[in-house]
Amino acid sequence: MSDDPAVEAQGLVRRFGDDAALHEVSFDVAPGELYGIIGPDGAGKTTLFRILVTLLLPDAGTARVLGRDVVKDLWNLRSRIGYMPGRFSLYPDLSVAENLGFFAALFDTTIAEARETIAPIWVQLEQFAARRAGALSGGMKQKLALCCALVHRPEILFLDEPTTGVDAVSRKEFWDLLARLRDEGLPIVVSTPYMDEAIRCDRVSLMQGGRLLVTDRPAEIGRGYPRPLLAVRGSNILGLLGALRGFPHAAAVWPFGEALHYTDARRDAQVEQITRELAAHVQSAGLSGVSMSPIAASIEDAFMWYMAQEQAA
Amino acid sequence: MRAFVGFVRKETLHLLRDRQTLAILLLFPVVQVLIFGFAVRTDVRDIAIAIVDPTPDVATLELRERIDASDRFHIVGVAPSARGLDPQFRGGAIRQALVLPAGVERRLGRGDSLPVQLLTDGSDPNTGGIMQGYATAIVERWYRDAVPATGALRIEARARMRYNPTLESSHLFVPGLVAFVLTIVSALMTAISISREKETGTMEMLLVSPIRPTAIVAGKVMPYIGLGFVSVLLVLVAARAVFGVPLRGSLVLLLAESGLYIVTALALGIVISTKAPNQRTAMIAALAGLMMPTLLLSGFIFPLDSLPRVLQYLSYAVPARWFLTIVRGIMIKGAGLATLWQETLILMGMTLFLLAKGSRGLAIRLG
Amino acid sequence: MTGHAIDARALTRRFGSFTAVDAITFHVEPGEVFGFLGANGAGKTTAIRMLIGVLAPTSGSATVAGYDLKTQAEQVRRRIGYMSQKFSLYEDLTVQENITLYGGIYGVSDRDIVTRTGEILGRIGLEHAGDELVRDIPLGWKQQLAFCVALLHRPAVVFLDEPTGGVDPITRRRFWELIYEAGAAGTSVLVTTHYLDEAEYCRRISIMVDGAIAAMGTPAEVRKAVGAETLDEVFLKLTRPGTAA
Repeated sequence: MSDDPAVEAQGLVRRFGDDAALHEVSFDVAPGELYGIIGPDGAGKTTLFRILVTLLLPDAGTARVLGRDVVKDLWNLRSRIGYMPGRFSLYPDLSVAENLGFFAALFDTTIAEARETIAPIWVQLEQFAARRAGALSGGMKQKLALCCALVHRPEILFLDEPTTGVDAVSRKEFWDLLARLRDEGLPIVVSTPYMDEAIRCDRVSLMQGGRLLVTDRPAEIGRGYPRPLLAVRGSNILGLLGALRGFPHAAAVWPFGEALHYTDARRDAQVEQITRELAAHVQSAGLSGVSMSPIAASIEDAFMWYMAQEQAA
Repeated sequence: MRAFVGFVRKETLHLLRDRQTLAILLLFPVVQVLIFGFAVRTDVRDIAIAIVDPTPDVATLELRERIDASDRFHIVGVAPSARGLDPQFRGGAIRQALVLPAGVERRLGRGDSLPVQLLTDGSDPNTGGIMQGYATAIVERWYRDAVPATGALRIEARARMRYNPTLESSHLFVPGLVAFVLTIVSALMTAISISREKETGTMEMLLVSPIRPTAIVAGKVMPYIGLGFVSVLLVLVAARAVFGVPLRGSLVLLLAESGLYIVTALALGIVISTKAPNQRTAMIAALAGLMMPTLLLSGFIFPLDSLPRVLQYLSYAVPARWFLTIVRGIMIKGAGLATLWQETLILMGMTLFLLAKGSRGLAIRLG
Repeated sequence: MTGHAIDARALTRRFGSFTAVDAITFHVEPGEVFGFLGANGAGKTTAIRMLIGVLAPTSGSATVAGYDLKTQAEQVRRRIGYMSQKFSLYEDLTVQENITLYGGIYGVSDRDIVTRTGEILGRIGLEHAGDELVRDIPLGWKQQLAFCVALLHRPAVVFLDEPTGGVDPITRRRFWELIYEAGAAGTSVLVTTHYLDEAEYCRRISIMVDGAIAAMGTPAEVRKAVGAETLDEVFLKLTRPGTAA
């Protein structure tokens, strides 16, 4: 394992026609790090990944993976990178074993040689070895795709939205596998639209509109939330939403599960004061049985805050 | 090498797994042979003919017998005069009528000229011409046998259809079918199989691997080369079994030339797939861009001589035209490389050009 | 007549020897937002396809919008709306053309189409995008638009199959506000999702496991019944009994 940063991206720009899919994206990934790019569809994640795995040329900026330039050292990198594209990109008419065997052959190796690397995933897949890939469940398809990306024992993994459209339990199992691989020292860059998956990463960048909004360890991102945040509960959610949005100091009000998250626009206001004023406000709107309490911001709160800032700018 | 073998294996599996497509591909050559052999055949059988014989005698009876004995004709009536023929033609009761003069035997004995009139339904000029040919042939032979040799020099103008003396059209369509079937199987399937990888996103997985695009394509097309040979053999066997079409030249040479043309067609498929973003576009491009020229500009359906000058020049650019000439030469004339080397060289040149163009069009990246 | 928007009784669908949906019984009340949850392959999509009348049940019965699924499939289809994850709009038509097309299919009068188009575009902030091709508007708006189009003929029940997949968190919430509004206006909503926090927005939820309904009730009731703190945990306990943490 080399000591070079796993990824160094500097000012990456990519345009499609007049639209810029990436605006000067810079970040780096340390050796052995599990790095998350968190953002919705259309944020530019796939474009960024395709540049990093040598499939697309940047219009400006540079990127090095494993210390090699993604434009110049194309052929060196292609045998060292493991990549799982966003769409399910295996052959549905071939069996699990045939798919895996084909990708092994593609990298001039065999399933037997890769056995140790893929063992943790293969134990879950083995019972389906003869089944057509197209007949697998969503979660199993993703595991097979991961297996195929690992079969040539790559030195870094790029996974573009590996858990999209997969149920919550399969997603959890998939992240458990990634954690195992990371523990063995494999650097992994993974993108996801699911905010709750950010906590499984060592570091994350929140991405929106072709820009990285913020980069930090997941725990720090919530801690950096710049305004007072309260969870407000009540029986009439829709009425409460309207009432809170009508409060003069409201910066943002969004439904979060069974509660509403209220962000106050005043940076230094005390929670007691906000609670008092809000209680009076909702009462005057004719709502009763409302409770509220200050909470720590989640990644998703942070994402929405930075995204709104970005859109306002 | 492992990657190449892996590709051949994978592509073969795709082919075997898709039973419906495979069945269509294997039935296609046979069905084409049957369609062209039975339905579209241009030779004519069982022609209803009327004879006008004002003074029947030994000579005319001999002629009538000869006509009736041929499986191409059956005599539906013998009349003393030509009156009444028109309504029979119009009603479709007869397609031909042979009008003999009076006193045939006497005229023959004296060595007089014999004004024989042959009326033919010309509503389909092609069939008309063929019927005319059949009837004339029988009458001429009968005349030759009937007139005793006089020692005087007789100049006889006669046309003989060379290589296909009986005018069997099933012999002529087989070479065209070989070209047509190979174009469809090889070019279309290659174009579809490559554009399918683009469409489903698997091309992305192939591109990030250390395999060069040329190796990807080479591995992908191998099974289709095999399928191409199978198709050629199917056409030949079906044509022989059902219509007795002979192969006069060398089978080895025919297969070698077919191999060359398969590569030409694959290269065409590759060129199409480098331009087409998805299967649908690839399929339409292959059908419109290849099938029509192969059918119309190769000499398969229309003789090249009968095409407008512009289309004749255009046909020089159609690989199927050269391949068709080669296959006709081998199958029908029994020709060898000594006479077909020019066409072979032209086809090779075209193939190299297409391969170069196709491999240059293969991207090492997306977009 | 039961008065329920959806009333399914022992609804079953088999494919060969495989039972995709195994005698599910549940109901959805008018104006209720009902979360229809389950792992991939648990049978949600098959159940929905039966309820929207495109797949015949093997056994069992159901009424949707008061009409019997087996004998009155035509009436059922007129009274429901459907939006799938691959949203059902034509990318190469404009926003207005899509609305007009769907209005025409469901027999909405021309005058109503005009007024409702104004309402829809105003509600989701696309007033100026009527003549833009659907492919040119951002994903988040497309999904909101698809939802509004599914409501164009004022159906009694609307089925949403993973309507928010891949959407940014702000748009996702805007979408749920549209769902609440539809519910408040009396339309029943049956929605599937992989975001378990979204399940908390539903009045009641059901969780399907291997073709059967393993738990049903308000989110709080389900958590209590399964003995779990969060719906994530509920899900894990129900779908992977052996591995629950």
